[in-house]
Order: sequence, then structure tokens, then C-alpha cells
Amino acid sequence: MILIKNGHVVDPSQGIDGICDILIEDGKIKETRIRDAEYGNETTNTASPSFTKGGRQGITDSEPQTIDARDMLIMPGLVDMHVHLREPGFEYKETIKTGTEAAVRGGITAVCCMPNTNPVNDNPGITEFILTRAVQEGSCSVFPIGAVTKGQKGEELAELGMMFDAGCIAFSDDGRPVMDSIVMRRALEYSRIRKALIISHAEDMALAAGGVMNEGLLSVTLGLRGIPAKAEEVMISRDIALAELTGGRLHIAHVSAAGSVEVIRAAKKRGIAEITAETCPHYFSITEAAVTGYNANAKVNPPLRTTKDMDAIKEGLHDGTVDVIATDHAPHHKDEKTGEFDNAPSGIAGLETSIGLSIRLVEDRVLTISQLVEKMSCAPARILGLPDKKGTLRPGADADIAILDAKKEYTVNAAGFRSKGRNTPFDGWTLKARPVVTIAKGRIYTWE
Amino acid sequence: MSLRSKDLISIKDLSAAEIELILETAAGFKDVLGRDIKKVPALRGKTTVNLFYEPSTRTRTSFEVAAKRLSTDVINIAISTSSVVKGETLLDTAKTVLALGADIVVIRHGCSGTPHFLAKNIDASVVNAGDGTNEHPTQALLDLFTMKECKGRIEGLDVAIVGDILHGRVAKSNIYALTKLGATVRLIGPPTLVPDCLKDLGVSIYCDMNEGLEGVDVIMMLRIQLERQGKGFFPSTHEYFRNWGLTATRVARAKEDAIIMHPGPMNRGIEIASEVADSSRSVILDQVTNGIAVRMAVLYLVSGVRG
Amino acid sequence: MSKELLDKKDIDRAITRMAHEIIEKNKGIKSLCLVGIQRGGVHMAKRISAKLKEIEGTEVPVGTLDIALYRDDINVRKEQPVVRRTSVPCEINNRKVVLVDDVLFTGRSIRAAMDAIMDFGRPLAIQLAVLVDRGHRELPIKADFVGKNIPTSTDETVTVQLTEDGTEDRVELE
Repeated sequence: MILIKNGHVVDPSQGIDGICDILIEDGKIKETRIRDAEYGNETTNTASPSFTKGGRQGITDSEPQTIDARDMLIMPGLVDMHVHLREPGFEYKETIKTGTEAAVRGGITAVCCMPNTNPVNDNPGITEFILTRAVQEGSCSVFPIGAVTKGQKGEELAELGMMFDAGCIAFSDDGRPVMDSIVMRRALEYSRIRKALIISHAEDMALAAGGVMNEGLLSVTLGLRGIPAKAEEVMISRDIALAELTGGRLHIAHVSAAGSVEVIRAAKKRGIAEITAETCPHYFSITEAAVTGYNANAKVNPPLRTTKDMDAIKEGLHDGTVDVIATDHAPHHKDEKTGEFDNAPSGIAGLETSIGLSIRLVEDRVLTISQLVEKMSCAPARILGLPDKKGTLRPGADADIAILDAKKEYTVNAAGFRSKGRNTPFDGWTLKARPVVTIAKGRIYTWE
Repeated sequence: MSLRSKDLISIKDLSAAEIELILETAAGFKDVLGRDIKKVPALRGKTTVNLFYEPSTRTRTSFEVAAKRLSTDVINIAISTSSVVKGETLLDTAKTVLALGADIVVIRHGCSGTPHFLAKNIDASVVNAGDGTNEHPTQALLDLFTMKECKGRIEGLDVAIVGDILHGRVAKSNIYALTKLGATVRLIGPPTLVPDCLKDLGVSIYCDMNEGLEGVDVIMMLRIQLERQGKGFFPSTHEYFRNWGLTATRVARAKEDAIIMHPGPMNRGIEIASEVADSSRSVILDQVTNGIAVRMAVLYLVSGVRG
Repeated sequence: MSKELLDKKDIDRAITRMAHEIIEKNKGIKSLCLVGIQRGGVHMAKRISAKLKEIEGTEVPVGTLDIALYRDDINVRKEQPVVRRTSVPCEINNRKVVLVDDVLFTGRSIRAAMDAIMDFGRPLAIQLAVLVDRGHRELPIKADFVGKNIPTSTDETVTVQLTEDGTEDRVELE
């Protein structure tokens, strides 16, 4: 039994935004009790207070262990539906172990891992491998996303039914789009057998033409090939049309541009298909200017865009066009991000900076704190079909909890990341809302 | 007065005053090249390494001659792509070059941004001999030197640059240098190769060559890389020449004393008609001579920046 | 605190005397060539040439020589020395070259100038004419023709100003 007292809990699934105590038993939420004025201030029968330093702690029975979360912000553990854990095949970049350690450090208690591993997760065997590793080595829940097509080649459908039954929570060829429209059509149609979510990496590869940053005056004056924003918009339009044609469930990954937001907004207004969309913290925090000086840590796909796009993303989050904030955590080895910009792989390792960057949206009045928790926890849980277990502190839900220090500032130190990937353009940034305690998988995680 | 940086990576980073300094110094070096003994001991004992990842005879030879005229020792390293495939990273190669005792590294590479990376990671002076589609600073400097020699000034000159601007490192370096020094720049070419956004740099864009050449002082033709045709930027070289090739009729649109320039090597009959290339208005060969003087000036000035 | 060492008249008399000395030493001005060292010696060389023409009636060719590229302190100074124009309008081979400078101090500029001249050809002889010799030689260099010997200390500065540069003719000690 664990009792978390005195914290400011934000749980939009229950409409909670105030001081609230949480009781946990056997890894599930037992009870949440909101403090009203009558209940008074602190109870005086606190046993040993606060946190142990470092490490994780198993839940012991009998004595309720108490965590005094006074002055802390508490939310249901964040659900990151776009993460690259790299295992199997690219363990030098990241493993399920190190990736999930990084996740809980960032207050994230459930991750969905993309299938662009080696071998690709396009069959139940690989899915089971990932799930087994996650049970053995993972620090939090891991939900594999299966490939849409075999080998992610974009030609033949993968065995979606069997993979779903083996534990794939959604499907995506992420890293690549499904370029062939007939294949994407079939995928959206066929996925209806399990009402499965198809997550689209929307990029017209022909228009993108091997580009390495956003197309514009900056790409021309840096001498780098550009990816026009329209390459994203064109594909999103196509995917929406196909979703409307087939009745499949479509989720647009990593939206980065103003035109894309407009297209999604119009589609939602039409209301014909079930469409959801996500963006990543880098798209509302920095622009293509971060690439200046050929900084490979700012090389990401879709690329960082302009201020106008950044503002449109924020507006999209504000008015609900964009439902989810996910990281697209893409760790790479240091050597790969050193040297020629053209040759560096795209990606930002974002698990440990996600909440810190996203809380700025609350400061900038783009979102309320409840809306933020909705985008990072409740909505992803709902879209993934886990609304009773994740993204909520309702009794009976998994005890996945993030406790953050909302006020104190800290400096991002990439060298100290739990992730193997240190590739971030945010090194040295001053952020707030650092997770102080994360509870996941029945364990309590704290750090120095 | 001296340069602010130990490296010469891009015209974008140079002030107008620094460009003027290089041009003036180059004039002094051109005098040296006019003598019997075309050598001075200024950089005696220094080592220049030409690190060329892209094959190049003209630029490499020009740098080599310039370095030798300054009495430095020259080491030429031509990296064939096969050794890159073998896996030596750019950083490892740079450190090896430094261990060879390089004081100056002249680098040409197919990826934009490599000289910047090199300059950050080694102490030697880095001179950009062309990086990807980004810049070719010494070419622009020798182009400006040639213009100044012929016209007496840069400010107020009307310069037309014709061809593949999008992929043109020579074009871009020239655009930055000319605008910094107060010239008016016009870009002429097919819309697929002349990005509209460049208007934000204060240049005018034309797809009609006759209109674009009206009354200009300088016509700078760029080399069309024939690989571009395959990628659909224009339908055929025949069509290209018809629309943007420099013919005698088109030259007549410019001022009577307009000069014709080309960084070389020329594709005769594709971007420039043969008789135009050989006409008296062409200063193409002067560009080559001036290239050595300008590169001597650059090597001299960067090696003078300490700390 | 600056002190005037030579005024307009002093300078003119010095140049006149040096011109006569040059003619005397070389028994005429045949196959002579004056080379002014950038920047201080350039105007001096032209003035001497004008005087020689006044006296002997014929032109002695005048050149300018930039010595920046031959200096021995290129890698030691804070800034790279500025490179200026060089123009030597006559054949050096089998000519007597009179190097001209405004102030002779350590002698290093003259050493550099001699190396530069050698790269132009093989002169019959090199002679040196200076307006002011202020002592403190660091190399075994001697002037053949001196306008005025002025003992100085190393922390003092001698400046030569000429009307060609836009000021009145004068030599100052600071």
C-alpha cells in the first residue's frame, strides 16, 4: 500500500485539479480523496515521510508507505505513443532497458515502440520478443506497434490480425510512409477486423526528394536539400481521404506544419472518419533556425519548420485539432550525429525533455494544465484503447503516476541522460516540472 | 587590419571590410606573379594540405600553385569515395591531417557544412574550396577581383548570374559577396533552378534571359551540371540552350562594355556559345590568373590570425 | 611631447645634399635606379629622383617595393603585415639600385628589401639612402647616404611627415 499525500493532482479523466490524496494497493489505484477546506491541512499521523534516494522500491504490504508530495504536481503517468526503442537490432543506439529507464525519468509510464527494428516487427514472433524483453528489463509498460507492411517495404500487408492478438496495440510503417495508395487503402480497410489504429508517417517521398531540413531560404543558403512542408500536407490529405473511403481509424504521427494542421482541422469538422493527430515537443519549441551551423542534433524528420508553423501547431493543440503530444524519441549513437550533416540519421532523443518542454505551453497559456495532461496521458490512453488502465487515476487503473516539481528550474544535461541517445538540441536549456518520483510497473523510481 | 577568423569558410561570415582587405592584398600578390621569380618567402616553413573529397584539377592546382608561391610545403590528399566506404570518419581524417603538421587545410567536399565542422575540430586554418551546394568563397573573391580590375568598382555594378543557382555554390558565394559590397544582382534561369525565396536577399529574378540581361555590366554564366537534366529540372540541354544559353544576340542586350565571366569548365553549346566564350569581352582566362593571386591572399591572411 | 627635428627647409637641404652625394659616389647617374620602400620611402625616392633630374638633366627611374612578404616577423606580430603594391619599372640585372627609406632603425626592413630586390634580378650594387638614421641597428646594415643622424632611445618614435601625404614637411621625435 502506498499513500501519496498533499500533492496537487491533475486528472482530467475525473475532473480533478487540486490537492488530493492517492491510495495505491497491489499496483492499482485504490482510492483518490480530494481535500476540501473541511478536511484541513496535513494529517499529523504521517509515518516516515518522503522519498528514498535513488533506485526503485518494491511495494511492501501491511504498513502504508507514505510519500509526502507537498508542493508537487501529480498526474497520471504520461503515455508516449511514439517511441523508438531500437531493440532488436540497433542496441548500440538504445535498448528496451535503457529506453524505458529514460521514459520513467521523464515521468512517462507507458511507451509504444515503433517497429523499424532489425528485424522489423512485422510478425508475432518479434512482437513476443519485444514483450518478453519488456517484462524482463523494462522499467514501465511497453506496447509494441506492429508494421503495416512486411519489412515496412510498403508492398504487402503484414499479418495484422495475428500481430494484434500477439500484443500489437497499433500499426505503423513509421520511419517511412506507405507510399502506394492502394496498399494504404487496404491497410485501413483490413485493420477494421480488430478496429486497429493505423498510424501514418505522412511524407510524400518523391516530393521530399532526399531532403535533410525544411525547404526555404535557410535550406538554400545553407546548401542543404529541403523537404517542403507540402510533402507532409499532401500525404495527410491522401490518408484522410482513404480513411473516409474505408472507415479505418487513422492517427497522423508527428504533425509539423501549418498546412497539415489546417487539413486535419477541416477533416475533423467534416467528421466522416475517425482521425486523430499527434505532434512532438520540438515542433512547438524550436524552428529550423536550430539547424544553423549544421547542428546535426537538430536534424529530424519531419524537419523543424518556421515560426508560422510553430504557431499553427500551438493553435492546433489549443483548439483540439492536435490530440496528442508524443516524443518520437529517436536515439542515435554520438558518432552518427558527428560529421557531415547530410549523412547524419534524423532524430531527437526526447523522452527526458518532453514534460519540461510541454509545460511551457501552460505558462504561455496555450493549454491549461488539465489540457496538457489530457494531451500527454488521457488522450493517448483513450486512442490506444486503454482508458480504464492508463492515463487516469480512477480506482482500478494501473498505478502509473508521475510526481513533478513544478516550480524548481533545472538545466538539461544530455550527458546525464538515462537514454543511450544524447542527440538533443535542448542541451543546456532551463526547464521546469522535473519528475521527482515516478511510479510504474509496481515500482517507485526516484533519482538523485 | 586582419581577418577576424583563422578560417575562410563562407562569404556569409565575412564583413565588407574583410572582403576589401582580401581584394587589396590580392592586388599586391598579382604584382608578384608578374615578375620572373614568382615566389615570396612569406609562409616559408608552413604546410598546406589540400584535402579534396571531390575530384578537381582546376581548383586544386590553383591552390597548390598559390601555396607554393608563398613558399609553403604542399601535401595533396585526394580521398576517393572508396576510402570513405572503408569507414574513416571525417573527424579521424582531420586529426590525421593535423598530425601530418598541417598549418592550413584546404578542403573540398560533397556535403555542405563540412568545412564548418572541420574548423571547429582542428586548430589549423581551414579554407573552403567548395562544400556541397553551399559556398565556394575563393571563386567569388576572384570573380569580384576580376570585376574590380575591369570596372574599377563593385558598388553600383549591375551583375547578372545565369544558370543553376539552387545547386550553385559559386552563384551563392557571389550573391552574398556582391550584395555586401553594394552591387545589384539579377538571377536568370528556369524557375526549377532559381528559388523564389532568394528575393529576400535583395536580388531580382528573371526567367526571360533577354529581359534579364538588359543593360547589365557583368554577365556571369554558370556551368550546368548535366546530371541535373536527368532529375527533371529541365527537359533537355537543347531546350536549356535555347532559353538560357549565352549567344551573341543576347550579349548585345547588355551594356556595350559588359564583361563575360564563367568559373569553368565550360560546356560549350549548352550554357555558352563558342564564339561568345572566345570573344574579346570574355575575361574567363583572367579569372584563372586572378584565382592564384586571390588564393595567395587568402592563405596569407588566414595564417596571420592567431589565437 | 613631440619635438621637431627637421623642418621643411632642413628636409629640402638634406635631399639636395644626398642627391649630390649619390651623383658623386656613382660618378654620374647612368644605370642607376631608385627604389622606394613602402610606405615611407616612396615619396622620398620620387623627390630624390626629381632633384637628380634638376642637377643632371636626365630621368632616373623610380620604383616602389613592398617588403611585407619578406619580413622576418610575419609569424610573430599580432597582425599580418598589410601587403601593398610593388612596381619596379626597370631591369634590375646590371643596374645599381639605390634603396630609399625615410627612417633607418633596426635594419630589418632593409634586409627584407635586399632579399626582395634579389628576387627581381642581380643588381650590380645596392646602395641605401635614408632621410634619418636613428641608430640601434640589430643587423650589420649601413646607409650610404644619410639626411641626418639623430641619436634616439628605443622608446622614442621618429615620424616623417611629407606634403604628399597631406601635411607639412617635418620630422618629429616623440
